[in-house]
Amino acid sequence: MAVKEEQQFKELMAKGTSLGQVDEDIMRQNIRTQDLWVNMGPQHPSTHGVLRLILALQGERIVDTEIVIGYLHRGTEKLAEARTYHQIIPLTDRLDYLASPAMNFGYVLAVEKLAGIEVPERAEYIRVLMAELARISSHLLWLATHALDIGAMTVFLYCFREREMVLDLFEMATGGRLTTSYYRIGGVAHDLPEGFLDKVKEFCEIFPKRVQDYDDLLYSNRIWLSRTVNVAKISAEKGLALGLSGPSIRGSGVNWDLRRANPYSVYDKLDFEVAVFDGCDVYARYLVRRKEMLESCKIVKQCVEYLEKTEGPVMAKVPKVFKPPAGEVYFATEAPKGELGYYIVSDGSNKPYRLKIRTPSFANLIALPEMVKGQMVADVIAAIGSIDVVLGEVDR
Amino acid sequence: MLYDIGIALLRIIVIFAVALLFVAYLTYLERKVIGHMQVRMGPMRVGPHGLLQPIADGLKLFFKEDIVPTEAYRLTFYFAPLLCLICALILFAVIPVDKNFMITRLNIGLLYILSIASVGVMGIILAGWASGSKYSLLGGLRSAAQMFSYEIFLGFSLIGPLMIAGSLDLVKIVEAQKIPLIVYQPVAFVIYIIAALGEINRVPFDLPEAESELVAGFHTEYSGMKFAYFFLAEYANMLIVSAIATIVFLAGWKGPILPGWMWFLIKMFIFVYFFIWVRATFPRYRYDQFMRIGWKIMLPIVLANILVTGVVMMLVRG
Repeated sequence: MAVKEEQQFKELMAKGTSLGQVDEDIMRQNIRTQDLWVNMGPQHPSTHGVLRLILALQGERIVDTEIVIGYLHRGTEKLAEARTYHQIIPLTDRLDYLASPAMNFGYVLAVEKLAGIEVPERAEYIRVLMAELARISSHLLWLATHALDIGAMTVFLYCFREREMVLDLFEMATGGRLTTSYYRIGGVAHDLPEGFLDKVKEFCEIFPKRVQDYDDLLYSNRIWLSRTVNVAKISAEKGLALGLSGPSIRGSGVNWDLRRANPYSVYDKLDFEVAVFDGCDVYARYLVRRKEMLESCKIVKQCVEYLEKTEGPVMAKVPKVFKPPAGEVYFATEAPKGELGYYIVSDGSNKPYRLKIRTPSFANLIALPEMVKGQMVADVIAAIGSIDVVLGEVDR
Repeated sequence: MLYDIGIALLRIIVIFAVALLFVAYLTYLERKVIGHMQVRMGPMRVGPHGLLQPIADGLKLFFKEDIVPTEAYRLTFYFAPLLCLICALILFAVIPVDKNFMITRLNIGLLYILSIASVGVMGIILAGWASGSKYSLLGGLRSAAQMFSYEIFLGFSLIGPLMIAGSLDLVKIVEAQKIPLIVYQPVAFVIYIIAALGEINRVPFDLPEAESELVAGFHTEYSGMKFAYFFLAEYANMLIVSAIATIVFLAGWKGPILPGWMWFLIKMFIFVYFFIWVRATFPRYRYDQFMRIGWKIMLPIVLANILVTGVVMMLVRG
C-alpha cells in the first residue's frame, strides 16, 4: 500500500468509519477502471469487408461503439454526374455487389419514372425474376457468413453450394456472375437464353429442400438459439427512428416491404407473403431472411410460369441518345438489404445533374451502436451479421 | 542395465515418432473429414489425395519468417509455445497403448496427466500476455478462465470411474474393467466429453481462439514454427483426451480377436472422429454462456454423480 493510501486509511479510521467501509472508500479513490479500446477492422475476419469498429470495452462488455467507414469509397455518385444515363448502370452493379440485379432494378425504375417510359410486361417479369434470384443469392451469402461468424462452419459451405447455382443462372442469362448489368432503361439487355427457365425451375425444386438442410443445422439448435435470441435487440420505434429498413426492421415486427407497401413493377400481380417477426433480436432477423428466401423462390416460380406462356418484346422504344426531361425523381425499391432509393436530378441533358443513392446498408449500419450497447464482444459479430451490411453500398 | 536403457529409449523413440506422426496426420484427417462433411474434397494437391499435405505444411511453417512484435516480452513470447508443446508431448509417456507397451508405468498416471495438462494451460496464458496485443490478451484471459474451470469438471468427472476402478494407475484402471466403465458411469462419460471439448479448445467451446471475434485469440501474433508448436500441442491434446477416454471409459486395449494396440487405436479414433464431427456441426457458445454451463449445470451434475456412485458402492460392496 502506498504512503498516500495509508494516510487515508488512518484518517478514515480516526473518523470512526467501519473497516469494511474504509476499504471500500480507499478502493473507490485509488483504483480506477479504464475502458479497453479495441480496434476491430478494417482487416478483420468478420467485419464483412472493410468495416472498422472502435469498441470501448469493460471486460468483454461493450460500452461504446464507433463506426469508421470510407475504406471502400469510390465516388459512385460523383462519377455518375459525368456519365450518360446508360453508362451509370454498371456503376450501380458495384453498390451491393452481392445482388447487382436488384441495384440495377432500382436505378432503371427511377429513370423510367423520370422519363415516363412504359416497359413491356415480359421485361418486367424477367426483371422481377432476376431481382428475386438476386435476393436469394444475397440472403444465402448472408446466412453463410452470419453462421460462420457464430462458428457454424458447415452452413457456410452448404449456402455457397446453392449460391453457386444462382450465380450459374446469372452467368447463363447475362454473362456475368456478380456484376451482371443486365437491366436497361426501358427493359432488359436481351431475352432469356433457351433452357434458362428449365434451369430456374430445377433450382426452385431443389432449393426448399436445401433450406431444410440449413434448418437442421441451425433452426432449433440450442447453441444457435442461445447466441441469437435476445441478442442485439432493437425496438420498432428506435429502429424506425434510426432509418432501419428491410429485413432488419421486419425482424422488429414492422410490416414494411416496399414490394407490398408501394408495389412497383409487377409485384402487385404476384402472390407472396411479407416475412415479419417481432422478436426484435438477431434470431428474428434470421427468421425473416430465411422466410424471404422461400418467398422469393415462390415469386420466381410464378415469374417462370408467366414467362413460359408468353412471348413478346423485352425492350421499350428508347432513343439512342437518351435525354429525360428536366426535373427530379425519387424512386425506392425493396433491395435485399432494405429500402434502396435513387434520387435523380435531371437538367434535360444526357447526363444526370445529380444522383443521390439512399442505400439500405448505410442507414442500417447506423443502428449498430444502439444494438450492441451493453452486449458482449461476441454479440457485436452477431449484430453486424444480422443487419447484413455490404460495404460497397455503405461507402458508395 | 544398458539393455533396459536401450529398451526404454527405443520405446520413447517409437512412441514419440508415432505420436508426432499421428498429430501431423490428425490435421490431415480433420481437413479431409470436415471437407467431406461439407461437400468438398479437402486437401488434394500435394501427393495422392493430398497425403503429403501435413509434411508440406510443416516445411512451410519451418521456413516462415519468425516475427516477434516490438511490444512483446521476448523471453516469455519464445517460451510459451514451447511450454505448450512440451506439456502436450510428455503426456504420451504414461499412455498404455497395450498391456506392456508404454514408456513408463506410473502408479499415479491419471493424476500426472491432469496436473501436466494444467501446466500446459499456462503456456496459453503466457502467450496471450506476452504478445503485447489486445486481441491476444483477451484470448489469453478467456482461456485462463475457461481451461482452469473446465479442468475442474474434467477432474471431477473422472472421480466416479476412479472410485470403481480403485486406482490412479492407468494399467490397473483398464484391468479393473470387465465391462467398460461407460456402462456404470454414463453421466461421468458425457460430462467428461463436454469438459474435454472445453479443455482442448474445440468447437463449440473454442472461445480463446474465436476466429470471428478475436482474430486468432492467444496466437494472433505468432507465426512460423512458434505457431506450429501451438498447433501441434492442440492436436496432441486432442489425442490425449481421446486416449484417456478410451482408457477410463472404454477399457483401453481390451477387445476380442484383434491385438490390443489395434483396439486401443480404433477406440481412440472413434473419439477423435467425434471431436471432428462436432466441429463441423455446431456453432460457438458465447464466453459467459459457456462459463454458466460449466459452473451451474455441469458441476452439480458431476458432484451428484460422485455422491450416487459412492452410495451405490457402499450398498453393493457392503
